Parts: sequence; C-alpha cells; structure tokens
Amino acid sequence: MSTLEIRGLKVSVDTENGAVEILKGVDLTIKSGETHAIMGPNGSGKSTLAYSIAGHPKYNITGGTVTLDGADVLEMTVDERAKAGLFLAMQYPVEVPGVSVSNFLRTAVTALRGEAPKLRTWVGEVKGAMEALSMDPSFAQRNVNEGFSGGEKKRHEIMQLELLKPKIAILDETDSGLDVDALRIVSEGVNRAKESNNIGVVLITHYTRILRYIKPDFVHVFANGKIVEEGGPELADKLEANGYAEYVTA
Amino acid sequence: MTTLTTNYLTPTGREEAWRFTPLKRLGGMHDGTAIVADRHSLALNSASVPGVSFALLSAMDNAPISESDDVIVARIRDFAKEVAVLTIAANTEVAEPILLKRTPGALDSAEFSRVLIRVENHARATVIIENTGDTHLAEDLEISVGSGASLTLVSLQEWGSKSIHAGRQHAVVERDATFKSIVVTIGGSLVRLLPTVEFAAPGASCELLGVYFATSGQFFEHRMFVDHKVPNAKSRVNYKGALAGDQAHTVWIGDVFIRAAAEGTDTYELNRNLLLSDGARADSVPNLEIETGEIVGAGHASTTGRFDDEQLFYLMSRGINLADARRLVVRGFFNEIITEIGDEVIQTRLMDRIDDELAKAGA
Ligand SMILES: Nc1ncnc2c1ncn2[C@@H]1O[C@H](COP(=O)(O)OP(=O)(O)O)[C@@H](O)[C@H]1O
Ligand SMILES: [Mg+2]
Repeated sequence: MSTLEIRGLKVSVDTENGAVEILKGVDLTIKSGETHAIMGPNGSGKSTLAYSIAGHPKYNITGGTVTLDGADVLEMTVDERAKAGLFLAMQYPVEVPGVSVSNFLRTAVTALRGEAPKLRTWVGEVKGAMEALSMDPSFAQRNVNEGFSGGEKKRHEIMQLELLKPKIAILDETDSGLDVDALRIVSEGVNRAKESNNIGVVLITHYTRILRYIKPDFVHVFANGKIVEEGGPELADKLEANGYAEYVTA
Repeated sequence: MTTLTTNYLTPTGREEAWRFTPLKRLGGMHDGTAIVADRHSLALNSASVPGVSFALLSAMDNAPISESDDVIVARIRDFAKEVAVLTIAANTEVAEPILLKRTPGALDSAEFSRVLIRVENHARATVIIENTGDTHLAEDLEISVGSGASLTLVSLQEWGSKSIHAGRQHAVVERDATFKSIVVTIGGSLVRLLPTVEFAAPGASCELLGVYFATSGQFFEHRMFVDHKVPNAKSRVNYKGALAGDQAHTVWIGDVFIRAAAEGTDTYELNRNLLLSDGARADSVPNLEIETGEIVGAGHASTTGRFDDEQLFYLMSRGINLADARRLVVRGFFNEIITEIGDEVIQTRLMDRIDDELAKAGA
C-alpha cells in the first residue's frame, strides 16, 4: 500500500521575463489501486504537475511538498524517484538516437531491480508485453522513440508501465493522438498493469473518451494552476456536457 | 610531384592546412627534426587467403599513385625505401576482413611509413588496420580501388596516450568502384589524419565515415578532401565527435571540390560534435567549392551541441542514473557509425573503450 501526497505544490518556470508561476498550490493524494482523472483545459498546468513530480529540471518548486510513503520526493534525483516507485508516461516521449528499445528497457529494469534480469525470463516478459499491446517484434530493435508514430510512442510508454511495475503512475495525455482501436489497446494495457501490480494511477486528460475504458474513482478539474473542483465519475459526465467554460472564465 | 625541397615546405602554423595543429606536439615529423627509425611496424594479422598478398616491396618499383602537397607526406616519400603493399587480385572476393596491425613502436624515434593498398578490378574486400600502443608514426597510405571494385577500409586509432600519428589516407577510385572508409580515433596524444578521395573515372562513389572521442589534452584532427574531377561520382561524409575534459580539442575539415568537369556530382557531408564538458573545443569547417551547376546535389551540415537535457531526463525517469544515462546517449550517438564496421568483437571493444574514456573524463 503506497501513498503519494502532494500538498500546496507551487511551481514556476524561468522565462525571458523572469519566473512565471504555473502551479498555484496543488493538493492531491493518490493511494495504491486508485485511479484519479485530472481533467482541464490546455495550458492549465497539467503537464507541469506531472513533470514536477517526476523531477524535470525545467521546473522550479517554489512551495509545498510531495511525499511517497512519507519520503520526500522533491529531494530525490530523477532516477531516485523512479526507483522509489514513480512512473511518468509522457505526453511527448523523447527520441534517444542510437539507443535500441531493447537496450533501453534492459538498462532501466536493471537499474530499478538492482540487478540484471535473467535473460530468458526477461526476453519472455518483453515479448509478452509487446504482444499484449499489438506491437511488432521488430519494435525492440528500433531506436527509442525515433521515427515512432504518435500511437507507437504511447504504446511504448504503456509497455514500460507494464514492465517497470511502479507504485504510482502518472499518465499525461496518453489518449491524445490515438485512434479508437489504439485507445482500447492502450487502455487495456493500463488496466492490466494496474490490476496486476495494484498501481495508483493519475490519468491526465483533456477529453472524457479514455474514461470509457479506464474507470476513474475520482475526478479532479484542473484550471489555472490548481484543482478547482473534485468529485466522482459523475463529474466527468458534467464536463462532457458543459466543457471547461465555467472554470476558465471564473 | 612537388619539386620544392622539404625544407622549404616546413609549415609555420599560419598555413590554412596547419592553422589548427599544435606543431610543437608533432614530434618534429613536420620540420625534419624527428629521428626517423628504420621501422616497418605494419603486419598482416589474419590468415592468408588466395588472391591476397602482403609484402614489403621496393619504393622504386612502387611509386606513389597520387600527388600530395602535405609536407609530412613529402618527407615520408623522401625517406621511405620500401612500401608495405597489400594487393587484392582482380575478381577476388574476400569474405572475411583482412586484418593489418601495427606492432608496438617507440617514442624516441618516428616511423615514416608508406603503405599501398591495391584493390584490383572487380575485387571486393574489407581491410581493417589496428593501431594500438605508443609510437610516433608518419604515414602515407594510398589506396587504389580498381574499376568495379569495392573496398571497405576501417582504420582504428586505439593508440596509447603518448602516441603521435600524422597520416594521409588517399584513395583513388576508378570507374564504378566504391570506397567506404571508417575512421575511429579514440586514442593518442595527437592524431592528424587526412582522409582524401580522388575520383578517377565516372560512376565511382565513396562514403567517408568517422568517429572521434577526445578527452583532456588530446588533439584529434580529421581533414577530408573529396576531389570530384570527373562526372557522375557520389560522395558522402559523416563524422561524429565527442569531447570531454579540459583542453580536449578536435578539428574536422570537410573540403569538397566539384570541378567544372564534374557534372552529375552528388555530395553531402555532415559533422556532428557533442561537447560533454566545459574547456573542450571542437572546430568544424565544412567547405564546398563548386565550379559547375550541373549537379545532382551538394550539401553540408555541421552541428556542435551539448547533452540534451530532455534525453537525459527521459532515461533517468526510468530509473537510469545520470552516469549511465550519459553513457547510453554517447553510445547511441556513436552507434550509427560504429555498427557500420560490421564486426561485433571490434564494435564491443571500441564501445567499451569509449565507456572507459568517458568514465575517466568524469563527464
Ligand atoms: N518554459 C516555459 N516558459 C513559459 N511558459 C511556460 C513554459 N513552460 C510551460 N509554460 C506555460 O505553463 C502553462 C502550463 O503548461 P502545461 O503544464 O504544459 O499545461 P497543460 O499540460 O495543462 O496543457 C502554459 O500556459 C504554458 O504556456
Ligand atoms: Mg500537457
């Protein structure tokens, strides 16, 4: 049982015109097995929240705390956060030229488990994860995210979720750029990973359609750098009908 | 051939060709002060195969096949009474790479070495030259690739930290022949190589690939020259370099000359440098000279950058620590060219050496 606790999180980025505050005090608690949907308009700061928790160097934490089972996440380096059990499926996964998916995954799992996985079982694990996401076996030999289609990038992120088995996963717009079939395949992957490892999931999304496949326990509306409304799944239905207008004009 | 005396040719450092090179560190190979030893360090290091011969032959019977205005080449030619000649007979297809290796030399004297690789008409081969240990070496390596022939030449500078190596690798590529060169420079104090190509007849093509990795105090210079003097030849150049540590200095010069007669030329050259720490310096100068507009294409690009924070963040967000993430990025950067060698054992050895250098540099 793990708990990620975000309290009063304030984050700014450096711009040509000085520091700009993007997160203005975010409170959120995620426990193992729970699914939280964070929904909000573009530019409201959803990715900033995700990156700040993962430790992207671009974001300056100006206030608040983030703890995982009591441990101070903000004090950890990026790799330490992953080792502590945090995972971020990125909205825009990064190309790493010349590094094959297979080499990348083996290096990551070795780092996370503290020892190299047994070759035979590992090859089986990767093959299984790729098949479950309807990915061609040749995928493992391609360079990380290089020349991947939008859908392939998202599958690759969710394949990592299944293989790396984090405690808490933040999925940043994993649904964007996916057609209906891909959305279903990717969603099933998330549900599988969640069930087999009791992962706590933060599902960041702009649209409600992914919530047909991944059922949230809690829905948080995010606007202008903070959570402005919270509720159960029914809140998503309200957003579906009314959009974000009432939150952004406020 | 040049009629100037070698004395007259002694560079001052102001010449275009020498303006980056720290002349004081050349061991006197350029100005006649080096003690030239009677050394022949190049040896065949693979099983003999039919159609392939390697022998030390008289320089008189094996005149140079190309002209050079390089002062060190001129001095080598003045001195050398013998030439190491590797011949791949016409129509021979050599399946396994032919390995040439330099046996250990010395640091108190220099070897002035002439080498000739002759790939006769329609022959095909891969030649790998391994340079290891510490030595002072001035090298005039000439390559002739006969009509319809194909040669891949891999030149590995895995020198020890005190080596000085000034070499020219000049290929004369005949009709419909292909020449591919892969240069790897990851060891030595000073390495200055001139991979140059002269297209002798139409339909010829060349691919000049290279990687170099300089750490503290090392100077590595690679100076291409591709001479498109006949129609319908194709050239590709792709060199990648990384630098780490104080006073690491690399120079890449890509001169491509498309003469008036060279209609239908297709050329592209690329140099990318990765600066892994402060205090390192990468000079990169592509230079295209075009005398005819009737060409297929001509272009060049040169970039020098640092570690990409987004790449490091992505890798680290999966639990990989900073040092390992950097190692992956550097390996990935070089991978494109190293895998072109096509020999797993050598590729692994080179990548391990790159890892070691990176670890030593603490970048
Ligand atoms: N480097 C930056 N410089 C200036 N503004 C930035 C920078 N990075 C993000 N922002 C701003 O922060 C806000 C939140 O961005 P983001 O977290 O990506 O939103 P979301 O993911 O909700 O669409 C946006 O208004 C964006 O323009
Ligand atoms: Mg976003």
